[in-house]
Amino acid sequence: MRSIGILIEGKDGTVSRNSLGAVSAARGEDHRLFALVPDGAAASYAGALSAHGVHNVVDMRFEDEAPAAFDPVRQAEAVALAVGHFDLDALVGVTSAVGKEVLPRVAAQLDAPLVMDCVEIHLADNTARKPLYSGKTVGLVQLTGSTPLFGLRPNVYHPSLAPEETRTVSFAVPPGTDARLRVRKILEPRQEAVDLAEADIIVSGGRGMRGPENYRILEQCAQALGACVGASRVAVDSGWVPHTMQVGQTGSTVNPRLYIACGISGAVQHLAGMKTAGLIVAINQDPEAPMVKNADYAIIGDLFEIIPLLTRELLRSG
Amino acid sequence: MKIYVCVKHVPDSAATITVVDGGRIDENITFLLNPYDENAVEEAVRIREHHPGTEIVALTAGRQDAAGTLRSALAMGADRGLLVVAEGLDSQRTARYLEAAIRRDGAPDLVLTGKLSIDAVGYQTMFRLGAMLDMPVINAVTALTVEGRKVVAECEAAGGGRLVMETTLPCVVGAAKGLNAPRYPTFPDIVKARKKSIETVAAGDLEIESPAGGVALLSLEPAVQRRRGEVIDGPAGGAVKTLVHRLREVERVI
Ligand SMILES: Cc1cc2nc3c(=O)[nH]c(=O)nc-3n(C[C@H](O)[C@H](O)[C@H](O)COP(=O)(O)OP(=O)(O)OC[C@H]3O[C@@H](n4cnc5c(N)ncnc54)[C@H](O)[C@@H]3O)c2cc1C
Ligand SMILES: Nc1ncnc2c1ncn2[C@@H]1O[C@H](COP(=O)(O)O)[C@@H](O)[C@H]1O
Repeated sequence: MRSIGILIEGKDGTVSRNSLGAVSAARGEDHRLFALVPDGAAASYAGALSAHGVHNVVDMRFEDEAPAAFDPVRQAEAVALAVGHFDLDALVGVTSAVGKEVLPRVAAQLDAPLVMDCVEIHLADNTARKPLYSGKTVGLVQLTGSTPLFGLRPNVYHPSLAPEETRTVSFAVPPGTDARLRVRKILEPRQEAVDLAEADIIVSGGRGMRGPENYRILEQCAQALGACVGASRVAVDSGWVPHTMQVGQTGSTVNPRLYIACGISGAVQHLAGMKTAGLIVAINQDPEAPMVKNADYAIIGDLFEIIPLLTRELLRSG
Repeated sequence: MKIYVCVKHVPDSAATITVVDGGRIDENITFLLNPYDENAVEEAVRIREHHPGTEIVALTAGRQDAAGTLRSALAMGADRGLLVVAEGLDSQRTARYLEAAIRRDGAPDLVLTGKLSIDAVGYQTMFRLGAMLDMPVINAVTALTVEGRKVVAECEAAGGGRLVMETTLPCVVGAAKGLNAPRYPTFPDIVKARKKSIETVAAGDLEIESPAGGVALLSLEPAVQRRRGEVIDGPAGGAVKTLVHRLREVERVI
């Protein structure tokens, strides 16, 4: 019997879909799953975790005065303690904003091997596949040593139901020993901003958008699709949109089920951030643009004509 | 102040990657300073502007050729370079070599890294380095102030939000893109950099404690992603209708 820990994230009392995907990925014949919940919401997550195959929900309770809403140092300390306490053989999480802060801190504390951005994991032999060299290659890696840690690329593993008898265990986390680093405040994102890395559908605009004012037509289209809006680096560097919207090698790595690239040529550095998307649509006036060749469907033409038509058609037929 | 900047020698993101022997890349391509590490070097230079007397040491672990990346860092303003010649590194080993090289060289007030290396996509070296040097770590930093020993950093958080963290020197800081705009070295900068010193240390001369395990690359394959590349022809109105039909009824993605 192997004990597998899963670092759980959620928001407003709901487990994130990617965390449920991680639970699904971690299941196995002889696995006992421990869902580690460091954000205080174990009670509201328990139902969904149970439905997806978790055996133990670990409700982490911090004994010092309530830490900030999100404190990566405290969370990592707690998770590292839980790995020892529950004698976990491996730990799985998501390469999300939270995972990027917490998983490497845990790995560093435990001096344990960690692979982030995995697109496939096999806990039976502790191997994983991950894109390397700007997504131009895929490596098969093996982790050895105590407690291997895996960070899954978002949207790769989807949740699937496998109900289990679940019990909730309370886990007391003693007051922190390292007070050198403090979270002073958390600046909330602009209201409409959503985490691109975890978005299901993205509509992205590049140099072809010609200016910031034109992003409105993308936003309207995104709204009709329930999508997030992304951008190329040219759009960011030109100051049209904030850096948080950049997709690509030096922006966000995204993995939506649908990516619509509007007026984006498809430079390798852009492709590096989105080429694993489920389905890619290119809207470009140049039939020779690399994005067209990297798309499943393309419409060749002027985006200022096509995008509004697309929005209208989506609303009409939706 | 003494600042160590960790810089990695990585394939140019525009280079064509060819896999040889099923497990490594043909290294006969252009290698560059990892993009985020440029932000780290730039930040070090800006800090020195406000803290005269600061020394900036650029540090790398890699093949002999990684000296080229140290030269780039020197051209951007680092004072001297330190190269640990080592191969077959995973993150645990890399951090051990970097730590050993730093300890052997001096006492850092600040260690700067990039937030991520674009070839290995490790997301972790800075945290390991911090744990080994017993320093707090703040990663993905988009704004940094160092006043006296006090450090305040803004870093990337979920959904485009920001986390504001506070600590004191010495610490490790990983630079994100938004932190600054790296300078392009001028020709005189490049010439000057040729005269700066690069010290080379053999991995064997740094006594590191071997990690209990690690991450081994078993095989490497070119990423093949067959896309249909289907161009939907015809007048815009009809093409859009066809596209929406495909997305909704055939692909079922919306
Ligand atoms: C180290 C490094 C890191 C980088 N990181 C990133 C990154 O993270 N993300 C990123 O995006 N880039 C990145 N880049 C930049 C990248 O190389 C390209 O320069 C960039 O992606 C190009 O952006 P673009 O496609 O918007 O612009 P362009 O390449 O100029 O393409 C514009 C496209 O719009 C089309 N177009 C123009 N007008 C219209 C219209 N009216 N209707 C329809 N189509 C139209 C054109 O046909 C063209 O294909 C990086 C570069 C380097 C060197
Ligand atoms: N071999 C190396 N030599 C020097 N610095 C490195 C090396 N590998 C990683 N780093 C530093 O650690 C950061 C994060 O790398 P990674 O953990 O691989 O994503 C990089 O941006 C560099 O600053």
